[in-house]
Amino acid sequence: MTRALRQQRLPILAVVACALMAAAIASIAYVAPVDANQGLSQKIFYFHVPIALTAYAFFAWGAWKALRVLWKRDEAADLESYVAIHQGVIFGVLTLVTGSIWAKISWGVWWAWSSNQLVLFLVLFLFYAAYFMLRYSVDPGPQRANLCAVYALFGVALIPVSFLAIRLANDFIHPTVFTSNGPQMSGRMFFAFCLSWAAMLALAASLYHVELAGKRLDSRLRELREVLAR
Amino acid sequence: MTASEKYVAAAYAFVFVVVLLYVLIIATKLARLEREVAELTELARERRVAEPERKAVAVG
Amino acid sequence: MSYLADVGALARKDLLLELRSRDTLPAMLLFVLSSFVVFHFVLPTGTDRLAAQGLLWVAIVFTALLGLARAFSAEREQSVLDGLVLATRDLSAIWFGKALSILAFLALAEVVALPVFGLFFGRVELRTVAAVALADLGIAAVGTLLAGMAAASRARELLLPLLFLPLVIPLVIGGVGATVADHPSSYLGLLALYDAVFGLVAWGSFAYVVAE
Repeated sequence: MTRALRQQRLPILAVVACALMAAAIASIAYVAPVDANQGLSQKIFYFHVPIALTAYAFFAWGAWKALRVLWKRDEAADLESYVAIHQGVIFGVLTLVTGSIWAKISWGVWWAWSSNQLVLFLVLFLFYAAYFMLRYSVDPGPQRANLCAVYALFGVALIPVSFLAIRLANDFIHPTVFTSNGPQMSGRMFFAFCLSWAAMLALAASLYHVELAGKRLDSRLRELREVLAR
Repeated sequence: MTASEKYVAAAYAFVFVVVLLYVLIIATKLARLEREVAELTELARERRVAEPERKAVAVG
Repeated sequence: MSYLADVGALARKDLLLELRSRDTLPAMLLFVLSSFVVFHFVLPTGTDRLAAQGLLWVAIVFTALLGLARAFSAEREQSVLDGLVLATRDLSAIWFGKALSILAFLALAEVVALPVFGLFFGRVELRTVAAVALADLGIAAVGTLLAGMAAASRARELLLPLLFLPLVIPLVIGGVGATVADHPSSYLGLLALYDAVFGLVAWGSFAYVVAE
């Protein structure tokens, strides 16, 4: 039973992701009330924040797999770490774009340096884009796995330190104009938010497994070709 | 549509388009993998035809 | 004790090598001075004082980058690194020694550069000096590790700035904050935190960068 479940993990995950996403979109549209202050534009929040949180989850997952590369000499973990960071960067770009659109509605500008989250994601984007540069300029092998794993571990140290630094930076670059009003979500808003976060995580997990399966298939085929060419 | 409706729609549409783009990339990759598998199957079949008399021989 | 002896020997080797060949330090000095001259012409009249304080940090980061790009070049050209990896008991000693020598180059370059900066753009305050000293520690710690990474890649000099700049953004923020903000203490705290966190991570992970 568990074995069958394991083999069918990806289709099940995809079905769950579809169902959750449909429910999330419906509840964003019909259950969550229109925000009293920001109006309709606040609805971006239900996608923007879950996407950002999912990107963090990917970076953390990538770092965890990187730790396993260094610690347990787990060779499969190298590919998993790479795929997780790859997905994290995609979600990071989505965060930047949806955040930028939200900034345009709320503050009338496409980019706001005073938005800590956006600036942090820009820094992380640059950092993890360099990860790909590193990965593609080293020949595949145990050394590349090590280098990439060390770099991925630096990422999880960088996230909190940068967050702190960027918060501090707002004080001297310019005083905070847009104060974020804390979590004043009503029950129905919170419900829609949680549902949408769950949907995003399920979507992310299925994309991760699809990408991983593709990459593994690719390397198996390469092996097969080598065996047949002999 | 008001301006804010447009922007909200744009944000959601962008996420949707990126996911679609991802499906497109995976589809291209799948097509390539399929082609490669076909090629390798062909190669394996040719091998079988070319050397059918090859048998397991004790080495050494 | 033997660990510290290894570190000392490795750092001394780099400093002696530099004393003989004079490759890195003169280049760093010349670079930092010429960037000050460029800054003068970049800054419109009236914006000098405050803006220059920020640009000082640009100069420091890029000067460090110049030195770091050459950090492992001697080892690479003579393929000494493999020998070092075999000979050193604890591989992190290689990182420690190299970071100390980088720190020494950076400090020497700044001993000249900071007074000159003061001469050109107005007084350098004590808190700036403290911030520079703290930032140097972080730059040397992180930079040495990344230089080791870049040396192992095909892209080498091209890769180092890409890896280095996003990682030192917190240092730049802390440095500029400590230089211009009303209450520099929290920024100095940030710099110290960065040094501690990334120093530990770099020290712990360097062995994996050079070993298979």
